[in-house]
Amino acid sequence: MAEKHAYITGVGQSEVGVRLTRSPLLLTVDAVRDALDEAGLTIEQIDGVATYPGKASGYLGFSPVGSDELIEALGIKSKWHLGGMEMGAQLSAIQAAALAVQAGLARHVVCFRTVYEAAALARPDEYPPLRRETVDGPSQWTAPFFAISAGNWIAQYATRHMKRYGMTREQLAQVALNAHRNAAINPKARAIVKEPLTLDKYMSARLISTPFCLYDCDRFTDCSTVVIVSAQDALDEVRCTPIRIVATSGSVDRYSWDQVEWPASYETGADLWKRTDYKPKDVDTIQFYDGFAFLPITWLEGLGFVGKGEGHRFIEGGTRIARDGELPMNTHGGQLGAGRMHGFGFAHEAVTQLRGSGGARQIPGDPKVAVATSGGGPMAAALLLARD
Amino acid sequence: MTTPRPRPRLDADNRAFWTGGAEGKLNIHKCGECGQYTHPPKPLCRHCHSENVASEAVAGTGAVDTYTINHQQWMPGLEVPFVIARVRLDGVPGVILTTNIVNCAVDEVAFDDPVRVVFEEQDGIWFPLFEKVR
Repeated sequence: MAEKHAYITGVGQSEVGVRLTRSPLLLTVDAVRDALDEAGLTIEQIDGVATYPGKASGYLGFSPVGSDELIEALGIKSKWHLGGMEMGAQLSAIQAAALAVQAGLARHVVCFRTVYEAAALARPDEYPPLRRETVDGPSQWTAPFFAISAGNWIAQYATRHMKRYGMTREQLAQVALNAHRNAAINPKARAIVKEPLTLDKYMSARLISTPFCLYDCDRFTDCSTVVIVSAQDALDEVRCTPIRIVATSGSVDRYSWDQVEWPASYETGADLWKRTDYKPKDVDTIQFYDGFAFLPITWLEGLGFVGKGEGHRFIEGGTRIARDGELPMNTHGGQLGAGRMHGFGFAHEAVTQLRGSGGARQIPGDPKVAVATSGGGPMAAALLLARD
Repeated sequence: MTTPRPRPRLDADNRAFWTGGAEGKLNIHKCGECGQYTHPPKPLCRHCHSENVASEAVAGTGAVDTYTINHQQWMPGLEVPFVIARVRLDGVPGVILTTNIVNCAVDEVAFDDPVRVVFEEQDGIWFPLFEKVR
């Protein structure tokens, strides 16, 4: 029997804003409705739910809605659901849903990521910030040295790229400049980026953790993003162009931010190509996690689009990764330009581009193959998507 | 830095690491069978899976693996800028500590700089920081 594939049949998103007052559960429902409309499905046809990282009770702004809560709120007759953080990375929830529909456990799975970090900052009584007086687990090895943010951890990989391979801040800047150019024509990014970014403005911005300046770090955002994953034998129920999940990966050698020489994007990137005949040269657009600006460079190298230590030269000047370049990247603006949707925005945009529904930001050339990734450090997940 | 450091919750695995500074010791888990080190500390060796592991004082010197100068005030009162670095420990292959490089200007830190541990105590936790060997 030929392998049954899993398909993305709907993508949806709520309003994207900063300090929204609409509840995160309602934002999630908005995104579900948007995705259902797009797929031509009804909520009665949904029989699975998957989310990353599940409801974060101690840090609600980070993840205020869980899969069980959505099942209860919408009366979903679920046959399979999941919410958790101990997986490759954010997009691994979509990988798990693909496995579930391939195994016949469900036919249509709503995968979602809801973030409420900007609203939480404004309403700390309702959404208390993460407490840091006492730390345990992996963060005990970084937080006591005020290495609080993943930005501090990832900055050290970037510093080494500068030393070892000669990466410059001007080259690194292209990630943010490209993101801002694309966000400027994305209606969903209007609340996030209001002014164009220039190299001069970038170079004079305040530093966060060298080499990262303000524009190298993604922006807290309130929104929900949904991806519906459907079984191959359920495609006759949808009215949309299904996008095939060709291959997935999420590999990690060690779960540590500082005991490894390279982040997991390298291992995960190499593994993606082991389950497919597609090659990097077949890819029409890349949607690479950019929570911090160095990460897309690790994905370019890890996925083999360029050799190790060559990513910064590939993006130099910004023309290759522009919408009309040879490998358009983060065409919606990524998280640096369109807000921190925490991984799911890249899958949403990959599907949007493959369906030709990008509007003003649609890339030319009838794109058929895309890679979407998420994660940095010991977290990494990659999806290879195709329109057949 | 006057802001209190986030405090690790002590347990059987990490206690020797976070309190060794009281005796001036940088303790790292070592395997009694294969002789290799396991960090973060666990009740078994990550190389040969033996449970015959115990903390042992190491030299406390090393070299800067990579670093960043942090400018962001993550917590109220945090004095910036300061250096966050990964330090490779001498004689402890494969083990890297995230730490701060102290007692020098932030722009004096460079790759492969030789460094040695200096402990900063706060409520019974001895934080292993590093300074340049001049």
